[in-house]
Amino acid sequence: MRDGVRRTLALSRKELFQIVRDPSSILIAFVLPLILMFIFGYGLNLDTSRIRIGLVTEDHGTEASRFASAFAGSPMIEALPMDSAVQAGRALTAGAIRGFVVIQPDFAARLKRGDTAPVQVITDGSDPNTASFVAAYAQGAWARWQEVRRAESAASPAGGIRIEERYWFNEAAISRHFLIPGSIVVIMTVIGALLTSLVVAREWERGTMEALLATPVTLVEFLLSKLLPYYLLGMASMLVCWGVSVTLLGTPFRGSLLALAGITSLYLASALGTGLLLSTLLRNQFNAAQAALNAAFLPAVMLSGVVYEISSMPAPVRAVTYILPARYFVSSMQTLFLAGDVPGILVANSLFLLVTGCAFIALTLRATRRHLD
Amino acid sequence: MLERLATLIRKELQALLRDPQGRALLVVPVLLQLLVFPFAATMEVKNNTLGVRNQDGGAASVELVQRLAQTRAFTHLLVLANEPELRRAIDEQRALMVLSIPPDFSRNLAAARPAPVQLLLDGRRSNAAQIAAGYVQTVVSGYSAEFGARPPSQLATRHWFNPNLDSRWFLLPSLVAIITTIGCMIVTALSVAREREQGTFEQLMVSPLTPALIMIGKAVPALLVALLQASIILAAAVFAYRIPFQGSLALLYLAIVLYGTALAGVGLLISALSSTQQQAFLGVFGFIMPAILLSGFISPVENIPEPLRSMTWVNPVRHFLVIARGLYLKGFDAELVWQNAWPLAVIAAVTLTLAYAMFRWRLQ
Amino acid sequence: MDAAAVEFAGLERGFGPIRALRGLTATIRRGVVTGLVGPDGAGKTTLMRLMAGLLRPSAGHLRVDGLDPAAEGDALRARLGYMPQKFGLYEDLTVRENLDLYADLRGVPGAAREQRFARMLDFTGLARFTARPAGKLSGGMKQKLGLACALLGEPAVLLLDEPSVGVDPISRRELWKMVKGLAAGGLSVLWSTSYLDEAELCDEVLLLNEGELKYAGPPAALTARLAGRVVQIRDIAGARRKVLQRALALPGVLDGVIQGQAVRLVLKQGAPLPDPAAVGAGPQARLAPVRPRFEDAFMDILGGGPGGESVLSRVIADAPRQGNDQVVIEARELTRRFGDFVATDRVSFAVRRGEIFGLLGPNGAGKSTTFRMMCGLLTPSAGRASVMGIDLKSSASRARQQLGYMAQKFSLYGNLTVAQNLRFFSGVYGLSGARQTARIAEMVEAFDLAPFLDTAADTLPLGFKQRLALACAVMHGPAVLFLDEPTSGVDPITRREFWAHINGVVERGVTIMVTTHFMDEAEYCDRIGLVYRGRMIAVGTPDELKESVAGPESPDPSMEDAFIALVTRSDLEAAHA
Repeated sequence: MRDGVRRTLALSRKELFQIVRDPSSILIAFVLPLILMFIFGYGLNLDTSRIRIGLVTEDHGTEASRFASAFAGSPMIEALPMDSAVQAGRALTAGAIRGFVVIQPDFAARLKRGDTAPVQVITDGSDPNTASFVAAYAQGAWARWQEVRRAESAASPAGGIRIEERYWFNEAAISRHFLIPGSIVVIMTVIGALLTSLVVAREWERGTMEALLATPVTLVEFLLSKLLPYYLLGMASMLVCWGVSVTLLGTPFRGSLLALAGITSLYLASALGTGLLLSTLLRNQFNAAQAALNAAFLPAVMLSGVVYEISSMPAPVRAVTYILPARYFVSSMQTLFLAGDVPGILVANSLFLLVTGCAFIALTLRATRRHLD
Repeated sequence: MLERLATLIRKELQALLRDPQGRALLVVPVLLQLLVFPFAATMEVKNNTLGVRNQDGGAASVELVQRLAQTRAFTHLLVLANEPELRRAIDEQRALMVLSIPPDFSRNLAAARPAPVQLLLDGRRSNAAQIAAGYVQTVVSGYSAEFGARPPSQLATRHWFNPNLDSRWFLLPSLVAIITTIGCMIVTALSVAREREQGTFEQLMVSPLTPALIMIGKAVPALLVALLQASIILAAAVFAYRIPFQGSLALLYLAIVLYGTALAGVGLLISALSSTQQQAFLGVFGFIMPAILLSGFISPVENIPEPLRSMTWVNPVRHFLVIARGLYLKGFDAELVWQNAWPLAVIAAVTLTLAYAMFRWRLQ
Repeated sequence: MDAAAVEFAGLERGFGPIRALRGLTATIRRGVVTGLVGPDGAGKTTLMRLMAGLLRPSAGHLRVDGLDPAAEGDALRARLGYMPQKFGLYEDLTVRENLDLYADLRGVPGAAREQRFARMLDFTGLARFTARPAGKLSGGMKQKLGLACALLGEPAVLLLDEPSVGVDPISRRELWKMVKGLAAGGLSVLWSTSYLDEAELCDEVLLLNEGELKYAGPPAALTARLAGRVVQIRDIAGARRKVLQRALALPGVLDGVIQGQAVRLVLKQGAPLPDPAAVGAGPQARLAPVRPRFEDAFMDILGGGPGGESVLSRVIADAPRQGNDQVVIEARELTRRFGDFVATDRVSFAVRRGEIFGLLGPNGAGKSTTFRMMCGLLTPSAGRASVMGIDLKSSASRARQQLGYMAQKFSLYGNLTVAQNLRFFSGVYGLSGARQTARIAEMVEAFDLAPFLDTAADTLPLGFKQRLALACAVMHGPAVLFLDEPTSGVDPITRREFWAHINGVVERGVTIMVTTHFMDEAEYCDRIGLVYRGRMIAVGTPDELKESVAGPESPDPSMEDAFIALVTRSDLEAAHA
């Protein structure tokens, strides 16, 4: 038993040396995550801000220009006056503006008559998200202006329902607080699955596997010696990411470090298991890496709920996400950062991660053979 | 010289295509991603639960709740009895948002007084919540109108290029850019690293092939891979997903060639700096991830704050994404394509020159 | 304790349809060095892997140190030392870290460890290099480190799979001394090799061919069978290669090689002595009987080597000439620095048309750097390297068109077919259209590659790989061929065939520059340059070099003796300076 421990530690130490001495591993474990966190933190912004909208005023009366000012008054958009609908159309096609509003020539007249609104809104539908916002913004600006007019004209006071929106957990509704926990999931997947996918294949390609197999090392010790160093690397990376996100990026963290460490460990078990399994099955570095990219990494980004809502996916795709460890990790991370140690969610997720972790590692153990045939 | 180049290119293609695993990896991932991405990557909000805390028992509030329950955005209605339950519902992600109707709601409404309600949204899913809030607003305004509040007239809105705001129309042209990036760069970067590790790179160095020819010989197959994968995606988009292609195919393929060249330049630069396959692969990955994230694929480039936004000028993915979407959905003409393509030419020239310099320097 | 270190009976191992080992039966004694010899593909590595428990036998009985490797693997692994072909070293780890790792894997306890390390480091001469990464060691040093790691567990049985491949004669001799010493101490060593001169040094030998055991016993006994059947033709006037070719055609001759200025022949059982005049050796030529070597016995058992004729000499054209100039390869004050370290220091030599020039030297002493500069893989820091009068630095592409290159382990595109490789190399060197098709067809015919055209190159048997590599190198009709350890680890028969082809192209005026650690091969050269510590310390014909070190203690030195003596002499001179 003691021999086994010593052998495992010796092999783990060897692996750590190799990791530390290869610049690409350090790049992936520390440099890339920092870059990603900054990108997710500052670069990606799913909330719209300062959208450029063109403004074509074909009626030059006072009512029209009052509306135009009201329209342009919000900090959320940048209204660019345009000479004609044709010019605006060209700008829209080129992508210089995301939509334009045409205040038609008979604006004042139609307003007085109470006709349908004499304002046309054209959006760039090629980006549906922005187009929805442009449409919603325009509609909102129109509605607000009408309110103002009604109040000024001292007509009957507006009754009606008013909605007060409040965001729970995320007072300022900044999307980066919601993205960063998800970005950490991506980083853990990269370290866990992508790095390890190269590791066993490399020993086969370099001929060191054969020498190892002729020593008293057992398969369990061999696998443990691969899991441990990358686990440590993953946890170190997690610590750095957590530190950066909380101190530099100002992301709130309402959970406990213990829960964070625990859940991350469980997820790393699954990710590492996946990487090692691929590396063992495909003894070729090139193919193992590509397989890890497609089978572990892309699903972790696309289907785990980091960027795209799982609940919006059609049923068959949603069913697939149920077997994806990343999904449970994303949910846990978002909860830990933005809500706290919510036992209901965390326990359920942990159980699942435990099961997948054990499954992958067990599969890898079965796939590793002592004999060359 | 041209014949020698042709021989080299032919050999590269043979090496790529002979291995059945390698062949599969060129096509199968593309098909899988084409099947899954468009269904996963939707920005529409569906299948969510609306929590309701109705402290007013009046007919008006009940009717409002009924109408909300019928919106596309919500499949379930969760009735909540008190404040703690409300908090838990959002905490435990059982509801995307909760509508809290105060006790004097119906009376206010009947008396033509302003009747406020509170909408609490899950901050963890702020994006989906915002969009769903838009749906809620529509329903509420419509209902509100029946109490005498004149509804604001609707503006006539037209969505150009994608009348139904179908998110797949937005996604698939982008996939032409994204998926081909991965395949093209991996092929370029790893081809050199693999030859070095296998020992055949020396054989190339000893031959009359100049470093420039070798670089071209490595870049062209990657370009062909890009063209192949782009064609598959294009065919799927037009025929399987039935998204009409508005622009000129010739321009698109020209743009792909230019884009592929820029990518190959980056790939060759990375492989010139790498000693092992692992380094080449991880180097490519380290480039692709930030490049895709900052390309406008997930969120618009204009949302990226300065100075980061200006720095994305050097990102080839950003420019080609505009071209791909522009040609596909908007029918870009040659001038518009060129406006976005000349940066690609610059990037290609710079990276290829740097890669050449690095290769020659390493020969020392 | 069993008397035998290893014993097997009826041992079989197949891979699909191929029977790698067919019913082997033998006993390997304890405390001696047993050599496992045979051509490539004979089954040596398969047998070793069976003994180490890495493969399981298809049939038969096998016991190593009294244990069954398949069933009692765990117990066996504690008593076995194994060094595979790539040494099993971790290149990113230092010497010390590699040793620590294997010590831990083998359970060497703390106190004993420092002692054992000190002994190992002293033994292998690596004490000064403990902090150097294993990847930066020279070939010989890697071998010694691999050996040290295999010995850390103080095994009862040591298996070494081709440990001396690519190692220079000095390091090889040191390795042998070490191993012999270990055997004297009671360790049972199994040493597999393709170098038959090593076989002679073993206490016992197992000779394998095509999976069958052809001989088991002391090497001297096998060699003794050839007493009286080996002769040399000395004092040849004119081209000795031609003489060899003619001699090989004689019915009574089993095998022949060039030895310096002489031709060495092995005669068939009962064959009469050949007549020197009949092979055009000239009026001064005379026959002299010589002592048989193990290699001769090997060739005898295998039924002799290939003939001396090469189809190549008929198929390729005369090598291009460059005016009247006879000098084809030239190095002038060639220097190469890596930072402060001077790898090659003002080396100069010239090779004439149709000459075979050998570049020899210990590992890490500047031989490879010099070679690489001559074929254009490295640019000189100073001096000039030229081929056919073209400077390799300034007109690299043009110069390279004139040369053909064959690397160690033949860097062909393993996953491409034979046909695809041929097309690629001919195309890259500028052949196209009808001419290309014609040349490829010529090569295919000359080398009998037709049945393998659609086979992947890395699945070819070694002999065919070599042929393919040679074909790819000569197809474009180069004036010069650079051969980098072309027969490293290759069996004698394949090697003879290779050199028959080389002689064939030399007949057409092609010039050869070759590097090798195999001293017999050095004898085939017209002239040799010995590079040590970055300088060319000796240039001359093989016989001249041998004579330069001959003395009363060694009146008839071998090539290996000459190599070692010259290097030692250089060391002494440097020490006195």
